[in-house]
Amino acid sequence: MTDISLSDHAVAGKTAPPADARSMRLPTQWLGVAPFFIFAIMFLILPTLYLMLGAFRNDAGEFTFENIAALAQPSIVAAYWISIKVSLASSLIGAFAGLAIAIAIVRGGLPEWIRSATLTFSGVASNFAGVPLAFAFLATLGRLGLATVLLNVLVGFNIYAHGFNILSFWGLTLTYVYFQIPLMVVIIVPAIDGLKKEWGEAAATLGATQAQFWRMVVIPVIWPSFLGTVILLFANAFGAIATAYALTGSSLNIVPILLYAQIRGDVLHNAHLGYAIAFGMIVITGLANVFYIWFRTRSERWLK
Amino acid sequence: MKSGRFWAWIVFALGAAYFFIPLIATVEFSMRMRRGAYSFDAYQVVLGDPRFQATFIYSVVAAIFTIVLGVLVVVPAAYWIRLRLPQLRPVVEFITLLPLVIPAIVIVFGYIRMYGSNSPLPFLASETGANALLVIGYATLALPYMYRAVDTGLRTIDVRTLTEAAQILGAGWGTIITRVILPNVLIAVLSGAFLTFAIVIGEFTMASLLNRPAFGPYLQNVGANRAYEPAALAIIAFAITWGCMSLIQILSRFAPRSANRPN
Repeated sequence: MTDISLSDHAVAGKTAPPADARSMRLPTQWLGVAPFFIFAIMFLILPTLYLMLGAFRNDAGEFTFENIAALAQPSIVAAYWISIKVSLASSLIGAFAGLAIAIAIVRGGLPEWIRSATLTFSGVASNFAGVPLAFAFLATLGRLGLATVLLNVLVGFNIYAHGFNILSFWGLTLTYVYFQIPLMVVIIVPAIDGLKKEWGEAAATLGATQAQFWRMVVIPVIWPSFLGTVILLFANAFGAIATAYALTGSSLNIVPILLYAQIRGDVLHNAHLGYAIAFGMIVITGLANVFYIWFRTRSERWLK
Repeated sequence: MKSGRFWAWIVFALGAAYFFIPLIATVEFSMRMRRGAYSFDAYQVVLGDPRFQATFIYSVVAAIFTIVLGVLVVVPAAYWIRLRLPQLRPVVEFITLLPLVIPAIVIVFGYIRMYGSNSPLPFLASETGANALLVIGYATLALPYMYRAVDTGLRTIDVRTLTEAAQILGAGWGTIITRVILPNVLIAVLSGAFLTFAIVIGEFTMASLLNRPAFGPYLQNVGANRAYEPAALAIIAFAITWGCMSLIQILSRFAPRSANRPN
């Protein structure tokens, strides 16, 4: 009898910690998280909701789809399109290059110091964004930049005569990749570290070739982290404005720059159109995250 | 395996070239100010510029306030969720990830419309209010990093036992958080703090749209009007980021490695 009651007690203690029982009695439990929720609601959720609701209202405060419909004008569609292209290109290039570098430093048999140096540098470079990054690329690939001049003097190849311009789609993409690759490296290295040596040995014992091992073990295991990071990189690039603004001024009309101009001076002559643009941005980054969650739950189901 | 190592070196070399050429080019460009000879003139001009000093100090102060606000908001919540309300964890994690989903420009646009001069809570009606709103905005941007850093720190200590021990010794909640929990996660908090600093110091979007005299808008302004100074500023900014990341790395050596009992 004592045994049973003891184990009962232990089970009860495990399944229902005292915290649960007390939280029912004391609403003061919530005081500890109150500052966080008040902060999040006031300065994150409400301002965003305000814009989202504003996107569906006209000046008189009535419900309308006019603002959303007005997004279809060519200049706004073009802005969204170039933003999506830059974000997609920079996140895909950054993701694959970052993955290649991560695999090289983790499993490529390189000396240990290279791995730690690369990780340290990635931590720095992934946070080196914004205005200074634009300056660095202007000094490199601008008309008087070192790389431009050296290519011209040493090889006789003038990149500007061949259609390259730092103030263009490719110029911006190449600049964004500078923080996209290191971000990928920082996030994906732990996932590649998670690949146990034993798996490779087990696969080899079962007669798998190196290619089969990669196709059937490595790729499925790192796929969720990889895909998740691609989407994170996409959202990262999509909302970024400082680099693009310092690099191109307003000559490359990406969505954040359009929104920036709209907030500063109502260039679209319709305050609610600004809300609609912001709404569109949230929808795109939000959709990206929904896809991420969907993919991740699907792949995790197979991993278990 | 031999060819694998060869390809690893190729990939590494290409990556190193892509990352180092812009840095070298920027250093070279920043030293071209004096005609015909390399010099540090651009750095002298930049560092001697009173607007550089004023905006830089402004941003440093803003960063410090951001860190304090971030700690005040995040530490009690992360602690309480580990201790008493684990069922809220998914909600809080979701909220802390929102700033990565909602672009900074959208958040600040919301602030401008919600907390403008004519609103019930007119942050933007006064200078102090606008400064406060900038700090709040920065704390929002830093939320994902701060929360993750603190939560990782809390995972390595036994929150429940520490709390109970402190309670038995007669400590109140304030004492427990400030004198028991905070010192134990101090290294994690500091990591979050330096990351916050690196993010905030050159931030452009929020500062510019709230019309604050911060370092980011100053950088942009110099970039639009000068030739060699921007390169010098880029190197200075890179050095600051590097400094913050190095401090985080140094700190991580002092961090406890594993939990006595996983929570």
